[in-house]
Amino acid sequence: MLTVDSLSVGFPGNQVLQDVNFHLPQGSFCGLIGTNGSGKTTLLRTILGLVTPDKGKIETGVGGIGYVPQKIQLDPFMPLRARDVVALGIDGHHLGVPLPSPSRRRAVDSMLAEVGATEFANRRVGDLSGGQQQRIMIAHALVRGPRLLLLDEPLANLDIRSVAEVIALLHKLVVEQKITVLLSAHDMNPLLPVMNQIVYLAHGRSVSGAVEEVVRSSVLSSLYGYHIDVIQVHGRVLVVAAVGAEARTTEMAHEPVHVTSIP
Amino acid sequence: MLSNFMINTWTVASLVAITAGLVGFFTVIRGASFAAHTIPLSTFPGAAAAVLLGVNQVLGLIVAASLSVIGINALSRRGQPDVATAMTLVMMLGLGTLCLSQISQYSQQVYALLFGQVFGISQASITPIAVIDIFAAGALLMLFRPLLLSSLSTDLLQARYLTATRLNLAFLIILALASAVALPVVGALLVFSLMVGPASAARNITSRPVLAMGLTVLISLFTVWTAIVLSYVTNWPVGFFVGGFGAIAYSAGRGALRIRRWKPSPIS
Ligand SMILES: Nc1ncnc2c1ncn2[C@@H]1O[C@H](COP(=O)(O)OP(=O)(O)O)[C@@H](O)[C@H]1O
Ligand SMILES: [Mg+2]
Repeated sequence: MLTVDSLSVGFPGNQVLQDVNFHLPQGSFCGLIGTNGSGKTTLLRTILGLVTPDKGKIETGVGGIGYVPQKIQLDPFMPLRARDVVALGIDGHHLGVPLPSPSRRRAVDSMLAEVGATEFANRRVGDLSGGQQQRIMIAHALVRGPRLLLLDEPLANLDIRSVAEVIALLHKLVVEQKITVLLSAHDMNPLLPVMNQIVYLAHGRSVSGAVEEVVRSSVLSSLYGYHIDVIQVHGRVLVVAAVGAEARTTEMAHEPVHVTSIP
Repeated sequence: MLSNFMINTWTVASLVAITAGLVGFFTVIRGASFAAHTIPLSTFPGAAAAVLLGVNQVLGLIVAASLSVIGINALSRRGQPDVATAMTLVMMLGLGTLCLSQISQYSQQVYALLFGQVFGISQASITPIAVIDIFAAGALLMLFRPLLLSSLSTDLLQARYLTATRLNLAFLIILALASAVALPVVGALLVFSLMVGPASAARNITSRPVLAMGLTVLISLFTVWTAIVLSYVTNWPVGFFVGGFGAIAYSAGRGALRIRRWKPSPIS
């Protein structure tokens, strides 16, 4: 469960989010879609309590929040195995050097199995592929059993096969454990088969709801402030700036042209 | 070599090696090598000033180390920690040059501070060095997990009291303390190599974090002990041998990693 209520967040001289509202029932798979700089990371960090909002309320329900940050610095030489990263999810904020603990080891092993990472559990994280690292970070975020999982651009820099694998894993977690997932991305295309909610950010404002409600010409046009067409071609959806929006071309250069398909 | 006086030398050198090893492990993991290079060098003017004023060297070192941490930290708030570190280094080196120009008649002491003179550690310095080393090592062991976690991403530190800024400041202070007390032993120019050499080697030998940290300390101890013996025998500065071993340890670690990562290419 996640409720964001008239949330406004800004940094000095830069209003990033203005009056953002949405509600995700437990077990939602929600895509947080917006271009670079639209405030996706800021929204997620505000939900986590790392950024203090100017205004508004956030309710996250019970059970803690799991988080997969956008920029994970994995030095290839870092002396850290995949299983160590997952274990840090259990007690990484505790003081002192960890002592061997059978119960922690069992928790780590079962989490690794859950994300399909048993095979590379003892490998150095820096040696793993991007998709494998994301699995480990998801295991790290989930090992304490949170009911809400936030992921910041987990699909960026992954090859097509890894993207599909990570999405399938998250979908399985949502279905089997009724976890609520809020995942940021600049391209909604790969998420369409699995997501049932969408929060679309542009110019500090947001629209949200079921995918079919949001990805519509009238909704996106009012969000961007100029006309946007949503065209269906062979069952795929094309989001493009309409002819006549030339006056805004400079701005449009920063906006997405989404090629998406609604099942 | 094992006279009463030498026992003190061995004890202090071993404590310095353990703490420098621990600090080095986290320096390498956090990619803080530049700070680890800057702090010992900017701590050096403190010792020079202490010689000039006739106060305890350790005191001078701690004051200068604190000044450089305050400098790096205050300047980093405007972004670009690397620039802040460089600015601090330049300012402190300027101060050091000034002090040096005033104490030319003490060139022997200055030489010892730059290159290390473990046999010359004064009796009065031993207790403060030991206390500070034990404190710094203890603090690092306490912060082991948060430091590892924040090396993945500072946003993962969700505990309210342990923010990324506070953890970074704590690390800089520990680094400064460890540098200050390592300086009279291995010298300002080579504290850095004692910190970075063993840690770089250890992280390439094993991928287990606790083991890598333990191995770092062992390599560091071995380096310092061997350097003392060789320095005693040859009368060359300890720092020379510490630097040499740092380089050898690092190369050996790279070699070990290359061998472990090497997979025979399939014959087609
Ligand atoms: N800590 C910060 N201090 C000041 N400005 C910030 C900070 N974090 C983000 N911003 C600004 O907020 C805006 C949104 O950034 P971000 O949330 O990272 O967007 P996204 O994740 O969608 O790319 C950008 O203009 C960025 O410069
Ligand atoms: Mg972002």
